[in-house]
Amino acid sequence: MTAMQTTRRGFLAGGAGLMLAMTLPLGKARAQAAAAAAEPFAPNAFIRIAPDDTVTVMIKHLEMGQGPYTGLSTLVAEELDADWAQMRAEGAPANAAEYYNSAFGTALLIQGTGGSTAIANSYMQMRKAGAAARAMLVAAAAEEWGVPAEEITVKAGVVAHEASGKSSGFGALSQAAAGQPVPEDPPVKDAKDFVLIGTDVPKLDTVAKTTGKAVFTLDVFRDGMLTVVVAHPPKFGATVASFDDKAALEVSGVEMVRQIPSGIAVYATNTYAAMKGRDALTVEWDDVNAETRGTAELFEEYSKAVAAGGVTVEENDDIAVLEDAAQILEAEYQFPYLAHAPLEPLDAVIEVKEGKADMWYGCQFPTVDRGTVAQVLGLPLEDVTINVILAGGSFGRRAQGSAHLAAEAAEIAKASGRDGAFKLVWTREDDLKGGYYRPMTVHKLRAGLDVDGNIIGWENVVANQSIMTGTPMEAMLQGGPDATSFEGSSGLPYNLGAKRIGWAKMESPVSVLWWRSVGHTHTGYAVETFLDEVLVAAGKDPVQGRLDLLPADAVRERGVIEKVAEISGWTGSTRDGKGYGIAYVKSFGTYVAEVVEIENRDGVPHITKVWCAVDCGIPVNPNVIRAQMEGGVGFALGTALHDRITLAPGGEVEQSNFHDYPMLRISEMPEVEVAIIQSDADPTGVGEPGVPPLAPAMANAWRALTGTKQYQLPFSGAIS
Amino acid sequence: MKHLSAIFTAALLCASPVFAQDSLSGPEAFADIADETERSAAIFEEMGKVLTHPRCLNCHPVTGGPTQGDDMRPHSPPVVRGDADFGAAGMNCSTCHSGQNVEFTSDQGSIPGHDPWMLAPVEMGWVDVPLADICTQIKDPERNGGRDLEAIHEHLAEDGLVGWAWDPGKGRTPAPGTQETLGQLTRAWIDTGAACPS
Amino acid sequence: MTSFTVNGRDVDLDIDPDTPLLWVLRDELRLTGTKFGCGVAQCGACTVMLDGMPRRSCVTPISMVEGSEVTTIEGMEGPEITAVQTAWEAIDVPQCGWCQSGQVMSATALLQQIPSPTDEDINNAMAGNVCRCATYVRIRQAIHDAAKTLEG
Repeated sequence: MTAMQTTRRGFLAGGAGLMLAMTLPLGKARAQAAAAAAEPFAPNAFIRIAPDDTVTVMIKHLEMGQGPYTGLSTLVAEELDADWAQMRAEGAPANAAEYYNSAFGTALLIQGTGGSTAIANSYMQMRKAGAAARAMLVAAAAEEWGVPAEEITVKAGVVAHEASGKSSGFGALSQAAAGQPVPEDPPVKDAKDFVLIGTDVPKLDTVAKTTGKAVFTLDVFRDGMLTVVVAHPPKFGATVASFDDKAALEVSGVEMVRQIPSGIAVYATNTYAAMKGRDALTVEWDDVNAETRGTAELFEEYSKAVAAGGVTVEENDDIAVLEDAAQILEAEYQFPYLAHAPLEPLDAVIEVKEGKADMWYGCQFPTVDRGTVAQVLGLPLEDVTINVILAGGSFGRRAQGSAHLAAEAAEIAKASGRDGAFKLVWTREDDLKGGYYRPMTVHKLRAGLDVDGNIIGWENVVANQSIMTGTPMEAMLQGGPDATSFEGSSGLPYNLGAKRIGWAKMESPVSVLWWRSVGHTHTGYAVETFLDEVLVAAGKDPVQGRLDLLPADAVRERGVIEKVAEISGWTGSTRDGKGYGIAYVKSFGTYVAEVVEIENRDGVPHITKVWCAVDCGIPVNPNVIRAQMEGGVGFALGTALHDRITLAPGGEVEQSNFHDYPMLRISEMPEVEVAIIQSDADPTGVGEPGVPPLAPAMANAWRALTGTKQYQLPFSGAIS
Repeated sequence: MKHLSAIFTAALLCASPVFAQDSLSGPEAFADIADETERSAAIFEEMGKVLTHPRCLNCHPVTGGPTQGDDMRPHSPPVVRGDADFGAAGMNCSTCHSGQNVEFTSDQGSIPGHDPWMLAPVEMGWVDVPLADICTQIKDPERNGGRDLEAIHEHLAEDGLVGWAWDPGKGRTPAPGTQETLGQLTRAWIDTGAACPS
Repeated sequence: MTSFTVNGRDVDLDIDPDTPLLWVLRDELRLTGTKFGCGVAQCGACTVMLDGMPRRSCVTPISMVEGSEVTTIEGMEGPEITAVQTAWEAIDVPQCGWCQSGQVMSATALLQQIPSPTDEDINNAMAGNVCRCATYVRIRQAIHDAAKTLEG
């Protein structure tokens, strides 16, 4: 269909930047090319110092907007005493031994991003890496200059010896440094000596992302590459019975059609032809094992399951104490399936050539994917290379225990029956209808008060599917219940008297996955709205009431609640015709409290301002922390207002694109004020923890203002 | 893509969908109303089937911006009328709509288009306005863009954007009847005194 | 054959006339700054300038751009785009970055038409550009900052 035109070739020669190993920031292409000729100094798997003085940090966590390129490079630069301008970042390829995430345990080494672990897991590792490189540069300088190493200083990228007047950049010393022994346990700085940690260094990926030059998966092109879209079954668990590809193959640009385990793959010379070819397919699906229940039916079953009590996953005393309560409150909450909807839909590029496979994509579990691809293609692990590049958002979607996307890409390559390069593209519809959702969940809560309004008992039963079961991650459960299903219902800091947490594990062919803040997406809401209701029933202020329930050693919990009350000027739940609500949730080691200010605009909740206090230990980059809190607020707000994935009776997903699964828009975005608690504790993550408190704080404010209790999300579902 | 279910294929093949297509009668259907004024009003009521159809009402709002769909939900993405009934600076109607209906490449349906594509001026807003009042409004040059009855006939019978209502693109229910029939009704309504329903 | 200009250069393509401009820019011309987010004009990631006005390239069949001038983020020039990108970089607006080309294009179009926009002007002009990371607080701030630098 496309005749290659001279003008098009001219265009390509004109240089649309298509470098595949994308080092950020861009801008010194020539110098980098020259530097690439000489072997850079690589003291360890994380650092490469080039003769041109640039320091490239290999980032083992996927950059998907949450900031590891900047954060991890800051840790290296701090201990290296580098100048921020010389720092570069690049995604680390799949290599479990070098780049595993220690926060995921060491029983099975997994290189992966998730659970807001990037900074927490890398804090000491990256600093040690930087300190080692620094020590080697200093040793090299000492040797070259014939001076004692102790007299050498390093500051802002300059190695200097004051007495002799000698000084050098890193690049000039890099070859000599490479010959120095690698120190095993180099000392790191005392926090009071930090120069970069704790400052707002500019993000390394900002310029490329502002100018359209950043290279994401969809931007990768290989010679002779075909674009592939896949017709997936319209019902979860259905399989291909038969298909007719005659019309599809007649579409200009369509090269082949193949059946693969996940559906029917259409291969074409460009994306549009692939989509058009898929449109022309006729596929007959076998629904025998498919989910055919609709959302209403599922909720009924979940409701029965929570009523039955589930298995006990946490208990401190006999919950029968509730029978003696002066007042009992009860509520049942319904939470729908949710899609992550990263703005870059799922995609991956795979190239198979002479028995080796290369992939380029925003991969969140590189070593899990690598093993899967090797298995599908029947290749030894070392012949599969996963090049990890920028991801256009994820929110959990690209962290696949099932490795389903990588497997699909590998199946596509295999089914082609030849060597070649293929770009797998999911459309927005594929994404929203494609499963791997935040599990739909029902909570049942009961709390009892004594005559004085003290909470004497608390029961919370959760019903949902397990995320971990059936994936390689299941090993991490060690036979126990999947805590990601009820985390945040369990482990509460409050003194609630007798407590029982139950879990009912539900089954369905609908695939589920962690969704930004995982279990806390629903437990935070159920717990913090119900607690608020209980406090009000006991005649207590939502802020003071929470503080009163915290034990003496809950210093950091108290810290964020008091801070957010202070910056929001908390005086109670209503003021000047506006409602105010608070919620506090600790997730992934980070403490966050938020206060929401809400207006009632013709029966529709409108949030005007959000205050957020966060304690994530030592704040490595306060600007990134603020950004993640702002973004977390917006992400949570859009979801709470608008979003649900529902199945029609029969089992087909009812939503398809942003017109019926709406994203928050700028006109709905409130002002956000963030206070970061100063702390000496080791840093914890910020990608997820800003999300959980928003929706309950909003519901609490709305209830205070209107009296309406919101037991289902989204808000729009109940209000309209 | 055609999806067939192995279990339900037989049922699918037998059950051809039947759409309850709204019909639009021509002026001859009102010939037996003896009183000319009554006949005129009855003809306008028939015209009202088109005038109050979502294909027309969605872009004849009385407040805010347009609506969309047969359920007349708020337009997504959110848009405003703007100074020239053409959207906001930086995102006007033509940012998305063009001179033709454009089918989506990956989803069902289409994005509607016509040249021009814009909102009716606010004084021509009809949403939630009783038909009798629309009738008064449509005849009032202060509120109909300075049109006399002949110009109104031309607008309803000939205007391309009005005509779009019968060719609204994939995924949209067309207005009842045809533009030709609406033109004949309008002519007959004018010829019978352009009376309004009470 | 469809003939038009992209970033000031002549392009002649013999291509399915229904092909969206988005995929022509990306697959044929390898101008990858223009992004795909929804395909149905809901998210704004694919925004380009068509004869100087913002346009969602995903719902623009290539047949429609015959004889037109297309400008993508790679080819944008002028005080507004410079001010916008400078302001964007100064406060680190992007997170994942996927939507940001479209955001920058829409913000530039707004400032070309309203040099000192109000919050409401910004809401109206930018409501068609989705940012899943919700960087909206900073987008708003950066547009105000850019407007100030344009005032001089």
